[in-house]
Amino acid sequence: MTAVDPLRPGGADERVVSARLGVVGQIREVVRYRELLLGLVRKELKVKYKDSTLGFLWSLLNPALSLGVFYVVFQIFLGAGIPAFAIFLLCGLLVWNLFSASLAGATGSVTAAGGLVNKVYFPRVILPLAAVGAAVVHFFLQGIVLVAALMVTRYDVELTWLPLLALAFVATVALATGFAIMLSAVNVYARDTQHILELSLLAWFWLTPIVYPVDVVITQTEARSVPDWLYLLNPIVPLVMTFQRVLHNRVDFEQEVRLRENGPIDIQITRILPDESFLWYVSANLVVIGIGVALIGAALHVFSRLEGNFAEEL
Amino acid sequence: MSAVEVERVSKRFGLREEPAWTLKERVLRLGRRAPVRDFWALEKVSLEVAEGETLGLIGHNGSGKSTLLKCIGGILQPSSGSIRTKGRLASLLELGAGFHGDLTGRENVFLNGSILGLSRKQLEARFDEIVAFSELERFIDNPVKTYSSGMFVRLGFAVAVNVDPDILLVDEVLAVGDEAFQDKCINRVREFQRDGRTIVFVTHGVETVRQICDRAAVLNAGRLIAIGDPDECIRRYRDSLLNRTTWYGDDEPDDPEVLTSARSMATQIVRIDRISVERVDGAIDSPVGPAEPVKVHLDWSADEVVDDVAVSFMVFDEEGKTLYGANSDQLTQPVGPLSGGGRLTFTIDRLPLMRGVFTLSLGFHTHDGEVVHDFAEHRLEVMSEGVEAGILDLRPRIEAQITEAT
Repeated sequence: MTAVDPLRPGGADERVVSARLGVVGQIREVVRYRELLLGLVRKELKVKYKDSTLGFLWSLLNPALSLGVFYVVFQIFLGAGIPAFAIFLLCGLLVWNLFSASLAGATGSVTAAGGLVNKVYFPRVILPLAAVGAAVVHFFLQGIVLVAALMVTRYDVELTWLPLLALAFVATVALATGFAIMLSAVNVYARDTQHILELSLLAWFWLTPIVYPVDVVITQTEARSVPDWLYLLNPIVPLVMTFQRVLHNRVDFEQEVRLRENGPIDIQITRILPDESFLWYVSANLVVIGIGVALIGAALHVFSRLEGNFAEEL
Repeated sequence: MSAVEVERVSKRFGLREEPAWTLKERVLRLGRRAPVRDFWALEKVSLEVAEGETLGLIGHNGSGKSTLLKCIGGILQPSSGSIRTKGRLASLLELGAGFHGDLTGRENVFLNGSILGLSRKQLEARFDEIVAFSELERFIDNPVKTYSSGMFVRLGFAVAVNVDPDILLVDEVLAVGDEAFQDKCINRVREFQRDGRTIVFVTHGVETVRQICDRAAVLNAGRLIAIGDPDECIRRYRDSLLNRTTWYGDDEPDDPEVLTSARSMATQIVRIDRISVERVDGAIDSPVGPAEPVKVHLDWSADEVVDDVAVSFMVFDEEGKTLYGANSDQLTQPVGPLSGGGRLTFTIDRLPLMRGVFTLSLGFHTHDGEVVHDFAEHRLEVMSEGVEAGILDLRPRIEAQITEAT
């Protein structure tokens, strides 16, 4: 909608309302309004925990509780036997929560800010970005728990591979941002998006190797001679795998199995992750970052087309 | 150089003829669009606002004035045409838009300020001034959900006027708060004007336009019908209220009339020097009570003997609707010939108005009404402590008759 600048402090600035903002224009506006972005993230966090006794602890309790439930179900009931299951699970949850919280928060962000969108000019794309920002803050808070757990147990992390985490983090944020921008704009016109998203996220969670190791899937695809790259189409998979590979740091483990009742104990080696090289992880993450950036570009394009009529739809 | 240039801006709204389609309906009726009726809120509106000028947009409800303001502010995107603005722009379309009830006044000042485009540093520097302007020092650390609506808008206005824009867009927001705060707001607007800033504002209150605008523009059914001198525009606006003409369907809107002050066009051979309203107790220009006798005095002077003269007497309400209008000929109480100077007094035995701010419009013109000698307007405020509602004081007597006994 608005090309160039409404409110640059102190600039001799001309603004034309008519031409749609291009992708570059959108990015420029966001940079100009970065303080608002920070302000909105701060607001989001403040409002979320306002008047609750436990405050920020809630964002830590959430993964703790999931951890308890999944531990009971998978380790005890189903006997998955993954060593250091808590750390394995937290690796996946951390990535997943960052992704899903961004999408869930962003989808309703424009519609929820209807009063503002109708009354004040500011780059609307800030709204979904603020939701991603809030999710990033939660990511680091929950990350503290994981780091604390690793330090207390003196867990053997793959130290030389640590930079991969930064790559995976960027990839997750890029992917989440692309989806967030797209969904927030579409939701203005089709409010069902919120509900569809809820269901999709549920399915997506279980289709991602968070509570079970990715090798379970690979074994099945090999057995059915289905190409296993099919599974890698889910772009979250390599990101979760990266965190598991670096922090959980187990490619396989030995499991005692008894083939017959009272028979001899057999040692079976169960795989968790495919034994891929450092370079494989780097390139997998770079591919996802590429997908994420392309998605952001497409999403900004769609957003620019749709935002002109936001004020009328809200 | 103009601060705002609006060029042939049109804005189309799709009016839905049934409730919004859900995704399910969209899928089921694949390939068909929801039935939509076009409504042109603005049609090929062109205007310019010079730097440092204050322009008032007037027009009745649905005339498109708020839509135009939103387009200038970048909130709505025009369907065609373009708008250029030069300078920092702030829109006061709603005070406290974006305030979050759970956050404190302080937190909201920072959030709202950054929505309006201020940096944190700038806000910190202006924070004390903002709080002082809002007069909310004692409450600033309470959540705004505990504020009264008056406190809420006061804080909103305080933030907004401290944005320090080159161009200020204002929509009806001056009509908030108590009288003292309104005065403060008007003063602040005048300060903006003195600083040479550009202001575009939308209002129903013609009194405000008269008070603060350099020029006015009249919109009617999405078209600009007149632009220029505020008094003349107000007159055109009143005309458009009387016969709500709409021109749907035309391809080319007529060019807006450019109106210059009619007072300069008036012959001025007989001049209105002063108008005053006298209350029954002798007070001048104080609010009058309903059903009271009122005298309106018109002091005039004439350089020559004016023979062909009649005086008109009109009363408008706040939105410019004519409540009463007649001239001395119609009332068969001729006033001429006039020469030298003197006073005309209009006595109303019982003012049939209840409450509100009204405009008295008095004028000298020839008997045939073709030539205007002079005219002037005056404020008439009516206050009532009664419990009755409305603006007319009818005060009926009620008689009860029982025609059938049980």
